[in-house]
Amino acid sequence: MHIMEGFLPWQWCVFWYLVSAPFLIYGIYLLNRQVRERRETLSLLAVSGAFIFLLSSLKMPSPVVGSCSHPTGTGLSTVLFGPFITCVLSLIVLIFQALFMAHGGITTLGANVFSMGIAGPLLGYAVYRVGKAVNLNIFVNIFFVTFVADLFTYVITSIELAAAFPATHGGFMISFATFFAIYAVTQVPLAILEGLLIALVFKYIVQSRADILVKLKVLTPEQVTKIMESFK
Amino acid sequence: MIPRFFIKYKLEIIFAIFIVVFAAVFLMNNASIQATAKPGQETWQGSDDMGSAAIEATGYTPWIQPLWTPPSTEVESLLFSIQSGLGALVIGYFFGYYRGQRECSKSP
Repeated sequence: MHIMEGFLPWQWCVFWYLVSAPFLIYGIYLLNRQVRERRETLSLLAVSGAFIFLLSSLKMPSPVVGSCSHPTGTGLSTVLFGPFITCVLSLIVLIFQALFMAHGGITTLGANVFSMGIAGPLLGYAVYRVGKAVNLNIFVNIFFVTFVADLFTYVITSIELAAAFPATHGGFMISFATFFAIYAVTQVPLAILEGLLIALVFKYIVQSRADILVKLKVLTPEQVTKIMESFK
Repeated sequence: MIPRFFIKYKLEIIFAIFIVVFAAVFLMNNASIQATAKPGQETWQGSDDMGSAAIEATGYTPWIQPLWTPPSTEVESLLFSIQSGLGALVIGYFFGYYRGQRECSKSP
């Protein structure tokens, strides 16, 4: 999902910076409030951020396709802290990778933060709310949230690139098909893997600090008791 | 009656099975890819690099270079490892901390 430095025409760089800015500003406001007013949740905030750091550094082979890609790790913080705080956490990782690894770039930061930090987590969050409304099992729900946040990030990257580089014959759709084949298809097995991992991690969080999950309104105390029972 | 072990560790088991299948498919697919690859052809490329290559194939040249690029793939993988290490450090620290808190609250 990383668009490399200089690989977007400058007009598109500006455009994606402008699109991402309001989300980031609101995210920074929410993050500040979270840090100031709900200090008991800070340890989970650090863990969620750390998962983005860890998972987005792992370049894994996508077994069926024959190319490599990396998960995004944004699923956990999307569920626990919502999409806006997630976009600030993603921004930190993307700046780190752009400066030290030349992976991604400062000019393309707006576009990359939009795909990984904003669009993916926002759709994941929508899935989460729907899952909650229909009383879907929380672990199944988290699997889907993570899967969608991961995969959709790569779909958005394909759209960003197709918009900037429409094919001379056939335009946007042909170009989108090319980038979709490169990015999104590779990503499917990795998104499943990430979904299963985050669901497993969520179990450990419930077992260690269910009180914070209740404060974050992810689970009700009754649900916590039920989950604890189901793993006895 | 399913043994308690499978109930207690069902998520771990599902994850482990997926990893094994993931690795098995990778190994089988890798064998066929290596058998048909032309000499010198790069296999298992990163999708980010393939994306960049597809853009360059349209005749586009990047208008700006990164300020700093890791001089070799070794240095690059070192930096990625540091990134994973930092993440894993924080995760391990807090899960260990939670564990310690639980133990303390159990035995007065």
